[in-house]
Amino acid sequence: MTDHGPLIPRNRAIHPEPYDPGYKTSVARSPFLPLLSMESTPSEETGPRFGHTKLGALDNNLILNWTKGAAPAVGERILVHGRLLDEMNRPIPNALIEIWQANAGGRYRHKKDTYFAPLDPNFGGCGRTITDENGYYEFLTIRPGAYPWPNRANDWRPMHIHFSIFGHSFGQRLISQMYFEGDPLINHCPIAATIKDRSQLDRLVAPLDFSKSRPLDFLAYKFDIVLRGRRQTMFENKLEGM
Amino acid sequence: MVQKLETLIESASQTAGPYVHIGLMPTYAGNAGYYDEEIGTTPFLDESKAKGEIVEIVGSVFDGTGWAMRDALIESWQCDAGGVFPGDKSADPAFTGHCRFAADAESGEFTLRTVKPGSYQGRGGVESAPHISLWVVARGINIGLNTRIYFEDEDNANDPLLNRVEQRPRVNTLIAKKTGNGKYRFDIRLQGEGETVFLDI
Repeated sequence: MTDHGPLIPRNRAIHPEPYDPGYKTSVARSPFLPLLSMESTPSEETGPRFGHTKLGALDNNLILNWTKGAAPAVGERILVHGRLLDEMNRPIPNALIEIWQANAGGRYRHKKDTYFAPLDPNFGGCGRTITDENGYYEFLTIRPGAYPWPNRANDWRPMHIHFSIFGHSFGQRLISQMYFEGDPLINHCPIAATIKDRSQLDRLVAPLDFSKSRPLDFLAYKFDIVLRGRRQTMFENKLEGM
Repeated sequence: MVQKLETLIESASQTAGPYVHIGLMPTYAGNAGYYDEEIGTTPFLDESKAKGEIVEIVGSVFDGTGWAMRDALIESWQCDAGGVFPGDKSADPAFTGHCRFAADAESGEFTLRTVKPGSYQGRGGVESAPHISLWVVARGINIGLNTRIYFEDEDNANDPLLNRVEQRPRVNTLIAKKTGNGKYRFDIRLQGEGETVFLDI
């Protein structure tokens, strides 16, 4: 087995608190006991690859993929793009990124979502793509609506897109959310507030990016993502006895 | 000012939320046919040709009140029956090693059908007992929870991870109980009595 070095241990301080009373559902769904820490093993350092999976031509186009190209979704057209990097600042190529989101009215196409904003018959709300050789990805979609949710008596989610990201190791697996620059609801959201370090939350807020906006067609937002990296020093992975 | 590091910081996690199935398991969310090919519906490319014993592991994810969660989504990753991880040239070509499964919306039970993994030698030649890695996400889980399934009918005595668990009875939370031929039970308890050992690895 090739040894690419252990994963850099996760800095839990930049991640949300598992137990956060402001986000009520987390209260009964967070472990009380400490996590068991140890150096990564092949089980975390290897991971699934999706070369065998056939992605459809419209999989990263949420404006058209629900209707298979027959009719566009309602909403403000946007391009979401960025790079997938690791902690060593290296691009992660050929990695699977999946996203899901509410429609322009703030309603999800899920059997459990009963919010009275209407479903858009032309919008499904999920997409996926594989990063290119430079770790770059793009999605064409519509800006999701904000929506109310049952937590405290009047909580609203800011506009957001859910991201699920694979690197090349199962230990890099990450789910996060992308927020939009300038959305005033970010400062009122108990889920965003589970991240205690404001600078880490700010890194989940995508800026408006005119460099990728297409005139008379769509605006663009840039969202770079960083996954765990791997440690390798001159003192590691040497032949036995050296 | 000291020198500036050129490393980056990992992006912060956020909960998968209640609608994670739309993105990862569209058929489960009621959106069958969204993709031509859904990812992770089975760890087999061809079950009839896969090497090793086929096993079915059934269980639930319980919250701190003892309620079997209806919305948990789990991913598994493992080596093949020969102890080789898919992606390696010598791995079983009929097996991907990766599966996604969700708690049933009615019963709260999940089923993982896969091959029983072999053991492998890790860094420094340390041999691990056969195990499957799990990653659990759901509404209310702010960062995905990692754990492992071991098997009660394997020799787990020298496993390097299990041996790090100080309170020995907690090791049992990582071991699937045999319920029949090729059948196992593995429950996950997020919090409180019998809390599963979760990993920072």
